[in-house]
Amino acid sequence: MTTFDLNFAADHFTLFGLPQVQALDQESLDNAFRAVQSRVHPDKHAHASEADQRLAMQWATRINEAYQTLKSPGRRARYLLQLLGHDARIESNTAMPAEFLMSQMELREAVEEARSAADEDALDAVRGRLLDEIKADYERLAGLIDVTRDLDAAADLVRQLMFQEKLLNEVDDALEAVTA
Amino acid sequence: MALLQIAEPGESAAPHEHRLAVGIDLGTTNTLVATVRSGMSVVLNDVQGRSLLPSVVAYAADGSVDVGYGAEARQSIDPKNTIVSVKRFMGRGRHDIAHIETLPYDFIDAEGMVKLKTIAGIKSPVEISAEILKTVRNRAEASLGGELTGAVITVPAYFDDAQRQATKDAARLAGINVLRLLNEPTAAAIAYGLDNSAEGIYAVFDLGGGTFDISILRLSKGVFEVMATGGDSALGGDDFDHRVFCWIIEQAKLAPLSLQDARRLQMRAREAKEQLSQHGQAPITVKLGSGEYVDLVLTTEVFTEISRTLVQKTIAPTKKALRDAGLTVADVRGVVMVGGSTRLPQIQHAVAELFKQEPLNNLDPEKVVALGAAIQANLLAGNRAAGDDWLLLDVIPLSLGLETMGGLVEKVIPRNSTIPIARAQEFTTFKDGQTAMSIQVVQGERELVSDCRSLARFELRGIPPMVAGAARIRVTFQVAADGLLSVTAREQTSGREARIEVKPAYGLSDDEIATMLKDSFSHAGDDAFRRALREAQVEAQRLIEATQSALEDDAALLSTLERAQIDAAMAQLQSAMVGDDRRAIDQAMQALSAATNEFAARRMNQSVQRALAGRKVDQLSL
Repeated sequence: MTTFDLNFAADHFTLFGLPQVQALDQESLDNAFRAVQSRVHPDKHAHASEADQRLAMQWATRINEAYQTLKSPGRRARYLLQLLGHDARIESNTAMPAEFLMSQMELREAVEEARSAADEDALDAVRGRLLDEIKADYERLAGLIDVTRDLDAAADLVRQLMFQEKLLNEVDDALEAVTA
Repeated sequence: MALLQIAEPGESAAPHEHRLAVGIDLGTTNTLVATVRSGMSVVLNDVQGRSLLPSVVAYAADGSVDVGYGAEARQSIDPKNTIVSVKRFMGRGRHDIAHIETLPYDFIDAEGMVKLKTIAGIKSPVEISAEILKTVRNRAEASLGGELTGAVITVPAYFDDAQRQATKDAARLAGINVLRLLNEPTAAAIAYGLDNSAEGIYAVFDLGGGTFDISILRLSKGVFEVMATGGDSALGGDDFDHRVFCWIIEQAKLAPLSLQDARRLQMRAREAKEQLSQHGQAPITVKLGSGEYVDLVLTTEVFTEISRTLVQKTIAPTKKALRDAGLTVADVRGVVMVGGSTRLPQIQHAVAELFKQEPLNNLDPEKVVALGAAIQANLLAGNRAAGDDWLLLDVIPLSLGLETMGGLVEKVIPRNSTIPIARAQEFTTFKDGQTAMSIQVVQGERELVSDCRSLARFELRGIPPMVAGAARIRVTFQVAADGLLSVTAREQTSGREARIEVKPAYGLSDDEIATMLKDSFSHAGDDAFRRALREAQVEAQRLIEATQSALEDDAALLSTLERAQIDAAMAQLQSAMVGDDRRAIDQAMQALSAATNEFAARRMNQSVQRALAGRKVDQLSL
């Protein structure tokens, strides 16, 4: 189990003064992050006592964690569902629509083939297709969470996204093996 | 103390004397030192007007040490005691060092990091690097006319924790106060970005004498955000020289060489490589110790052919860094070339071809890292001018993990996470009554512990005896803004806490460093003592001033009792300051810091609130 050993009570959205929505304005997030991080970052406290430097580091760590979570739409959705008290049952619920599983299997086979053929272009093509799908899913997530408030459907989609993100990692590993 | 000195954006801190701070680029081949003078970052030259200091250290039988050009000239005369490219040995064991069999040194395989047997005794790479750092520290102090407040030392972005620790230890040994370690490509990005008011995605391609880094950065409104970094901490100009060296041996069908001849040929190989960048061919004529002559001509075609795989070795990490950043070459606005080896036309071509654009060569690739480091050092030392308010956000280059059952690695912090970052992990006991457990921290991307670098192995002791699985031990990994790791552990059910410093696995303990420092101070005699005392007095004065100014602004955040405690601690420090007992000053400073801890935390919270209160997105400035 991985958790964060920090005592700052506010949730990530509140920390940045942003509304708890999935369709977060990227620029507002970036700006709020920079404004807060510019205050707390250890480089701004290079002269501080050791205790103060630790404090600055803790804050900077907290701000980085919040930013990284909110920046990625997938992680943001998982976090937001948690905040909204909706358990996405990521570990326990493994039911997936057959159609989705089929397309995943297809992609996986394409990756395997390209990997054994050391075909960089084919891997790039799969990567591009996967990125497009992920992007479309991100947009659907915003609708499901913010507009229709269909949190069950959102949780299903979050689980699918985790599959896709994992597959993307595998494509990256394959690309690394092929280009090394 | 600076936590107590929270300046509003755009407002400059109170005027004070200019503090002497430098940036040091401790390179494989050359070392440079730079500072900010009248708002301009400049490289500091030696008395002969030379900016580079060859990173070469020569030891003599009488214990004297020569660093730089003098040492460089000795390398073919006394190769065994003249250490070149020591950076390649920092934080490295024997099996990590490429072509170790061709190196002329007597290596001793100490735990975690090799040592070298020289005529002046056994030296660790940390001590050898410290000699180089001492030389540039003296150069800087002579040139600036005073003692340094501190320095920013650059390291390859792809350096792991052991290599970073070793570099920091070397600086401490050289008597340098390290303000921060800074990644070389990030330093270059500061120099380039501030110079050109660059905005957007940039790649910094840094090929030095012994290391290769690629960093992808987003430059935006004074924030230098590293999105991903990659590289090879054992790939650089040295390897290109080595290919030429091997080619010479093969072509001239040479028998095994003496150490002197080998060193001579290696130097000639490097010169020939450098000549090729300007001319189409380079003659190689060397007279060997046996009287035999080597007479060859190296052409660009041959060099391109023998170095092809090396060039390719820079491309794969570059593509990987782009993927890690979630970007393609089309997103990259410019590619900044850093490091002497980027002068090679073969590298220029390969980079232009990959990024589909001409790389940027408008800064001196050899100086840009030191110049950027100086700018950051100036800021950290507190010499900030209006508008000097940028922020560096770097990443950890290699994943951190823990050994789990069966020699597998569980990743705790993935590579390219923005730092500072912390992660906690819970462990439990697997036997009834177990009171200790061993934890191994590793760094690297592979799944097996044996394929990663072991950073530290430590024992957690004093776990209260319980049935198996009942103890809950929470281990927290914290990576600081300059990439250095620390670990703390706490037994949750009893609340017992242990702070574990991740000691570098090469086993240079704090005690050893203290002894080495004492040895070097014993030559300096009372100077060192007076210097330390004066430093403590200056620090104490600063702490008092900062506390006073914080009290003027925010005394309302304190209760009467808290205020009285701070006042008492301040009075204590003021009386300790006039004496010459450094320990008493240190203790009084610690007491005052402790008394103001909570106050600083409240001010920090208030500052964060203010940063967000009533702002509009387009009005936000840094």
